[in-house]
Amino acid sequence: MGVEGIGARVARKEDKRFITGKGRYTDDMKVPGMHYAAFARSPHAHARIRSIDTSAAKAMPGVDGVLTGTELAADGIGNLICGWMIKSKDGTPMKMGAFPALARETVRFVGQPYAVVVAATQAQARDAAEAIVVDWEELPAVIDLNYAIKKGTLQLHPEAENNVIYDWELGDSKAADVAFAKAAHVTKLDLVNNRLVPNAMEPRAALGVYDTGDENYTLWTTSQNPHVARLVISAFYNVAPENKLRVIAPDVGGGFGSKIFIYPEEIVCLWASKKTGVPVKWVADRTEAFLTDAHGRDHITHAEMAFDADNKMLGLKVDTIANFGAYMSLFSSSVPTYLYATLLSGQYVIPAIHANVRAVYTNTSPVDAYRGAGRPEATFVMERLVETAARELGVSPAELRRKNFVRTFPYQTPVIMTYDAGDYEASLNAAMQAADYAGFGQRKLEAEKRGKLRGIGMSCYIEACGIAPSAAVGSLGAGVGLWESAEVRVNPIGTVEVLTGSHSHGQSHETTFAQLVSQRLGLPIENISIVHGDTDKVQFGMGTYGSRSGAVGMSAIFKALDKVEAKAKKIAAHLMEASEGDIEISNGEVRVAGTDKKLPWVSVALGAYTGHNLPAGMEPGLKEGAFYDPTNFTFPAGCYICEVEIDPQTGHTEIVQFVAADDFGKLINPMVVEGQVHGGIAQGVGQALMEACHYDTETGQLITASYNDYTMPRADDLPSFKVSTTETICPGNPLGMKGCGEAGAIGSPPAVINAITDALGDNSITMPATAEKVWRLAQKATMRQAAE
Amino acid sequence: MTKVTITVNGRAESREVEDRTLLVQFLRDHVGLTGTHVGCDTSQCGACVVHMDGVAVKSCTVLAAAADGTQVTTIEGLAKGDELHPVQAAFREHHGLQCGFCTPGMIMSAVDMIRRYDGKLDEKTVRYELEGNICRCTGYHNIVKAVLAAAETMQGGAKKAAA
Amino acid sequence: MYETTYHRPKSLAEAASLFSSSGDATYISGGHTLLPTLKARLAQPANLIDLRHVPELKGLQVTGDTVTIGAATTHREVAMSADVKKAIPTLAALAGSIGDPAVRHLGTMGGSVANNDPAADYPAAVLALAATVSTNKRQIAADQYFTGLYSTSLEEGEILTKVAFKAPAQSGYAKFRNPASHYPMAGVFVAKHKDGSVRVAVTGAGNNGVFRWKAAEEALAKNFSADALKGLTVDKAGMMGDIHGSAEYRANLVAVMARRAMENLGKLTM
Repeated sequence: MGVEGIGARVARKEDKRFITGKGRYTDDMKVPGMHYAAFARSPHAHARIRSIDTSAAKAMPGVDGVLTGTELAADGIGNLICGWMIKSKDGTPMKMGAFPALARETVRFVGQPYAVVVAATQAQARDAAEAIVVDWEELPAVIDLNYAIKKGTLQLHPEAENNVIYDWELGDSKAADVAFAKAAHVTKLDLVNNRLVPNAMEPRAALGVYDTGDENYTLWTTSQNPHVARLVISAFYNVAPENKLRVIAPDVGGGFGSKIFIYPEEIVCLWASKKTGVPVKWVADRTEAFLTDAHGRDHITHAEMAFDADNKMLGLKVDTIANFGAYMSLFSSSVPTYLYATLLSGQYVIPAIHANVRAVYTNTSPVDAYRGAGRPEATFVMERLVETAARELGVSPAELRRKNFVRTFPYQTPVIMTYDAGDYEASLNAAMQAADYAGFGQRKLEAEKRGKLRGIGMSCYIEACGIAPSAAVGSLGAGVGLWESAEVRVNPIGTVEVLTGSHSHGQSHETTFAQLVSQRLGLPIENISIVHGDTDKVQFGMGTYGSRSGAVGMSAIFKALDKVEAKAKKIAAHLMEASEGDIEISNGEVRVAGTDKKLPWVSVALGAYTGHNLPAGMEPGLKEGAFYDPTNFTFPAGCYICEVEIDPQTGHTEIVQFVAADDFGKLINPMVVEGQVHGGIAQGVGQALMEACHYDTETGQLITASYNDYTMPRADDLPSFKVSTTETICPGNPLGMKGCGEAGAIGSPPAVINAITDALGDNSITMPATAEKVWRLAQKATMRQAAE
Repeated sequence: MTKVTITVNGRAESREVEDRTLLVQFLRDHVGLTGTHVGCDTSQCGACVVHMDGVAVKSCTVLAAAADGTQVTTIEGLAKGDELHPVQAAFREHHGLQCGFCTPGMIMSAVDMIRRYDGKLDEKTVRYELEGNICRCTGYHNIVKAVLAAAETMQGGAKKAAA
Repeated sequence: MYETTYHRPKSLAEAASLFSSSGDATYISGGHTLLPTLKARLAQPANLIDLRHVPELKGLQVTGDTVTIGAATTHREVAMSADVKKAIPTLAALAGSIGDPAVRHLGTMGGSVANNDPAADYPAAVLALAATVSTNKRQIAADQYFTGLYSTSLEEGEILTKVAFKAPAQSGYAKFRNPASHYPMAGVFVAKHKDGSVRVAVTGAGNNGVFRWKAAEEALAKNFSADALKGLTVDKAGMMGDIHGSAEYRANLVAVMARRAMENLGKLTM
């Protein structure tokens, strides 16, 4: 490993601009003549629009225009789509209700936009948006998931009977029945996976500019995947053809999934710029973010696991209802299906699995992928089941897991996935050792003396990342391919630009991608620039999500580097009159192996561009592109252990220790990887202990619409984490990488809840395990103890 | 409209602004210093923290008119030319940032914290003192590490200066 | 927020006359409650009168057993005052626990006491320390000052100028914070005064704002120790309930925080 190559803890190249206040986010962009948009949003969870009167608003100071869904429809702007077709088990396609960017006839969640004001200042736009008068016919709100699917409940979309979008299954229900029939023990659980708000710290923003001169559109936006945004806005929303639309995602302040999707505001800002003749900027305030960013999770599940007399897993049955909110967001349909049920084998050999998933409309904000997307929900089901089973069977949670681990690879699960490589026992052992698992009993006794209840819990997660072979996802209903592209440009003076479709919004690509190039070409990383986030610069890309930038994005760079290297070697061989096979590139030099013949890298680069002395027939230049389509998902896995102390008088839970042992395959920059795990754990702990979306079930108002009510994990809610890695190489990509972006959020919630239920001796708690819930169970536990 | 004069990073900036203008809007929209960010509406997240007359304040919860006549330092005014402030350097060295959005506020809060504690900080205190700054990326682990490291550097620097 | 007109009076008289002449005005001090309200467009005052530069509202003195704090004094100034720390350490600690560091640099004692947010810290100290609230017109005893949620006996336009706290023989303050906002969900201030009387004030929990917990006062007057509170509970019917905690849970927190305040006299317990 070089000092800046693969495996080095290199400080980040992108940091300087962020720590000096020179980052450039969408809201920092200013263009000449720019005006501001404010959206008029539904105050009701469900209502019909009888009429909209915009006359007063249009007369307000500074107003350029007030536009509604009627104008939007007249201009042929298409409805928002869900890009992954899921079919119900009866073969019928999912029931997608119309989702216009500006509601015309009906609003179905609080915060849904129905009109936009463009005005000279943001304050004037907001003043005018308040002056729009709507004659509403309020309708009953359908909020509760179980109520939504009851026969006779008000139907929210004409397409979806009983509000069910699809009723889908995976696995073999007959085989599962047979397995359960011969079970010696069955563990049953009812679980809630609480609804979360992603809460990237940068609120969403968009700046749409229509250039009347050459009829081009430019959109600056807070996006994880600007090319997908351009494709969808062109192909489905009819704003502009792709060659007339440039999408730029500059610095983006966190995404966590919520900035994958194309939202109404982005479409409307572009369209409104043409309608009003001024560049239009919109920035969400935090309450708009709470109301309109796609939310995450929100499942209720009944799950059963069957064991034989030797405590071997025989079968698993899972029945899940997933809340989709009022409309189907861009990738919503894939989350509780192919990103969830396919992971229900966990790290274990389970001969028979059956999962049934119903997706349901309610009058709440749309739900889509949020860090982990489906896999945290699957892991929560599996690891709560296994830990509960261990307690019921009277065996140690670690032993029950060891007994059932997958140990030979590749391993074909009954739910589509083929695990390619892993060593689950290695991460389990590493985590137990780091946590001093054996010393827990002693620590528990010591805590009791201080009046605290101490508990320990573990979670062995697996996830499917990289997402994924295009043909495979295509066969499962995806509307797009999921490859990645890269272009490596060597400049005449030997410096390098890498153009990638993987957008970086915290993941550190500008550093880690440069480390790969540094490793391959032996150049210092300051000579390597990573270019991303602009459709005019980068030809295409599928973007950043699903922990795919390393395994897929860097593999594309790797392939392009292969081509660059091959051409450079040809040139060098020609210049040094050597055989191409003897050329080596390292430390900024190109050498002939076994001789003292060498050329500086810059001579080869310059030679490629002067073209004065190239091999016969060779084109000048040194620039290569590649597309990489993965051959399989990747399968990061690991073991997390959480230890808590509960104050039984208040129910306050303190996380006294959190250990993570992850297998991400090959690491490029361990410091960056650790950072990803830390952040993921914080989000998982947030889900387990404090974060929850509360809707008023009568009115459908979002109660948790600010940081005064939605509990964000803060520095004093968390400990320092003990993280480490084990390594099995991923055979599916040239770098052996698996991906590390989501693991923390996937593995941690069940570890926390297993620890709390261990401390309380009560398995009934739901997430988030708030102080009051914990206090109530702690009271029961104290009473139980007193009775004994 | 009110004429407001604020000395920002050592330079007097006078603007005619609406009375409802917030200090953060004055800095971002009128002076053009976009390093100070807005992450919430309720004074919770701390992305907007700047120093006003030498102490950390949330610039989303101060009217520009109320800040008239004050001295304000923003993230852009922290480094001395190319020389990073020790807190900035520590955030980089310890990977105390990912997306960078909360970072300016975090750094300004950390500088203020280290000053108030004269560099004598431990992990528990740093975590408590950061309660007014929310980060969604780092889980705070490396931020805490960076603040502690910077405090030590700055204390070392102070000791050396005293000696 | 809506457009407004900002005023910066230089004297108490000017502030009061601005208020009466402007018709529609609101006083603003640190702004940490008012500005978020205005930003959410929940209020639309035509005029904002900034009290931070009124000299009569400044200053902090300790004379004998009285700690007098000017309304425009920030939480940070109170928390760091050597005189306050010496006279009433619990009061300094309480001020040092409000909001977060940046909030404490601007938020003022007067703003907190005048606004009487049911989840604010200061009202508990005002009530437990038998404080006297001074205004530009009169003096009001703490027991007559708080009249309900966000409600005080201040009249339209009346300006809170200072609060005189009685230094007790012993005091303690314990609070359990709302996990999201970090305001107290239950804050209990206990004080044993030098005349032997005991006052226990509860903030954050009651459905009518800050209140004195008389049963606890009686028990502690007989025996000023945490043991005296054993088994004592507040009626949950008088407690607030919300997504963060039911009335029953808050009633429990009040009892627990009262005990912890007694177990940690002279300090803040969180």
